[in-house]
Amino acid sequence: MSDDKHKPEIDEVSGVETTGHEWDGLQELNNPLPRWWVWVWLISIVWSIWYFVIYPAWPVPGGATEGTSGYTQYKELAESQAEIVARQAAYLERFEEASLEQIVNDPELYAFAVAGGASAFKDNCATCHGTGAEGAKGYPNLNDDDWLWGGRLSDIHQTLEYGIRADNWDTRMSQMPAFGKDGLLNAQEINAVVDYVLGLSGDEHHGDAHGAGAEIFQQQCASCHGTDGKGLREFGAPNLTDKIWLYGGDHATVYETVYYARAGMMPAWGGRLDENTIKQLTVYLHQLGGGEESVSNDEQEAIKPANH
Amino acid sequence: MSRFTHETLEKNSLLLLAFVIIVVSIGGIVEILPLFRKETVIEPVEGVRPYTPLELAGYNIYLREGCYNCHSQQIRPLRDEVVRYGHYSLAAESMYDHPFQWGSKRTGPDLARVGGKYSDAWHVAHMIEPRDLVPESIMPSYGFLMKNGAKLHDLPKHLKALSVVGVPYSDEMIEWAEKDAKAQATGEARTDTEGLIARYGDKVIARDFDGQPHMISEMDALIAYLQVLGTMVDFDAAKNVEGGAQ
Repeated sequence: MSDDKHKPEIDEVSGVETTGHEWDGLQELNNPLPRWWVWVWLISIVWSIWYFVIYPAWPVPGGATEGTSGYTQYKELAESQAEIVARQAAYLERFEEASLEQIVNDPELYAFAVAGGASAFKDNCATCHGTGAEGAKGYPNLNDDDWLWGGRLSDIHQTLEYGIRADNWDTRMSQMPAFGKDGLLNAQEINAVVDYVLGLSGDEHHGDAHGAGAEIFQQQCASCHGTDGKGLREFGAPNLTDKIWLYGGDHATVYETVYYARAGMMPAWGGRLDENTIKQLTVYLHQLGGGEESVSNDEQEAIKPANH
Repeated sequence: MSRFTHETLEKNSLLLLAFVIIVVSIGGIVEILPLFRKETVIEPVEGVRPYTPLELAGYNIYLREGCYNCHSQQIRPLRDEVVRYGHYSLAAESMYDHPFQWGSKRTGPDLARVGGKYSDAWHVAHMIEPRDLVPESIMPSYGFLMKNGAKLHDLPKHLKALSVVGVPYSDEMIEWAEKDAKAQATGEARTDTEGLIARYGDKVIARDFDGQPHMISEMDALIAYLQVLGTMVDFDAAKNVEGGAQ
């Protein structure tokens, strides 16, 4: 690096000028940068200026430069959502107007609802109720016709919209007393009533229909679960005679249920999901296997006493 | 005077230094200057409040357990994400997080709007053994959170530290931090939550989150934190869900 004013030397082999630097006989060729590289570099500088002008780039007092194209990610999202709405428009217009019964009776809307409901179910419901809606301990199986709060379209819709024991004014609400924890029954009495309840669903080892358990059941449990133990949907009180157990049907689990009580909670989905999705889910759940026929209010009143 | 070439720079150290400073400054200005104006790009939204002391204790557990390694807290404005998780995240929603928990990896789902999506009992059962509820889950078990008492005595210091970096905790909030945490984990049925609600608003959820009334566990704190995630801003979450034609 010492020779400031070196004469240009030409490397014999390549014919390229050297820098004049020499280390132990090795000389450095003074090759220029590849032209293609220089051009890419220059173009990228021009491109960055163009990008700066076209797109939102720089915070300035009162906001940020918006760019001449007016692009934002939010607008792009709105456009891609509008595209889906446009594709669904053929169904959506009728779907929004239609009642749940009309949807079920219209093959096209029905297929639309079931397809949409199935995908919404996987996103939102499967975590508790299982991917196949088979339920889990404390989370009801939705494939059968054993409903806690009712299996008509309107019942399912209400449950979805407002939840069960959820943070919502209109949620379905009931509370089983903690018979053991709060000292309403002693251990012996709980054992007796558990035996009776197990007997209701046909377990032969249990269930003296006239014993102490039966008496306690009529005093403490019948007001919600019915004198025959078949449950009362008004309170979400399960049918105890059908061998379908939400938390388990062995003696220890039922004892635990009576001792501490149970109060499963389902979130309200109104506000979290839009109305169309809730309608789709309603129809989807209704067709899973346990959906009940809708009846008019008058008929429902007539059926009620017979049911319970 | 010979032609100005790169060689001129290479052979004049002061000139080289001057040019190095110019080039580095350009990078610095482009990257650093916008941060001084970042408040101009945070959408103003109502409802975002600092975490309650119990939620903050849960946030600290979230950090300690490294939940951010598998769970992001940032719903991007993309159609599929909005359909799955709800309204895209706004900058204002994480303005009181120090550090923010946006994350960059989703082994598990995004948690930005998990608040209210599941019941407390679900969270407890899922934290103890995730596979009981989601058979394909690879999340580790966090059952020990049920047995660990939540560390509440140092909460005033946490609040104080955050207030220094700009989280609007008042002196009253700092003073009452430990009592507020206990009140929130106990619930209004068994204690007085009026002060807590007066300080943090009536949307605060106060209840026994882990179902163990005899103690305030780390599970209480973590679930209190999870249940508030994404619920502070009151926008019409439904309007961006697929199929919503509004």
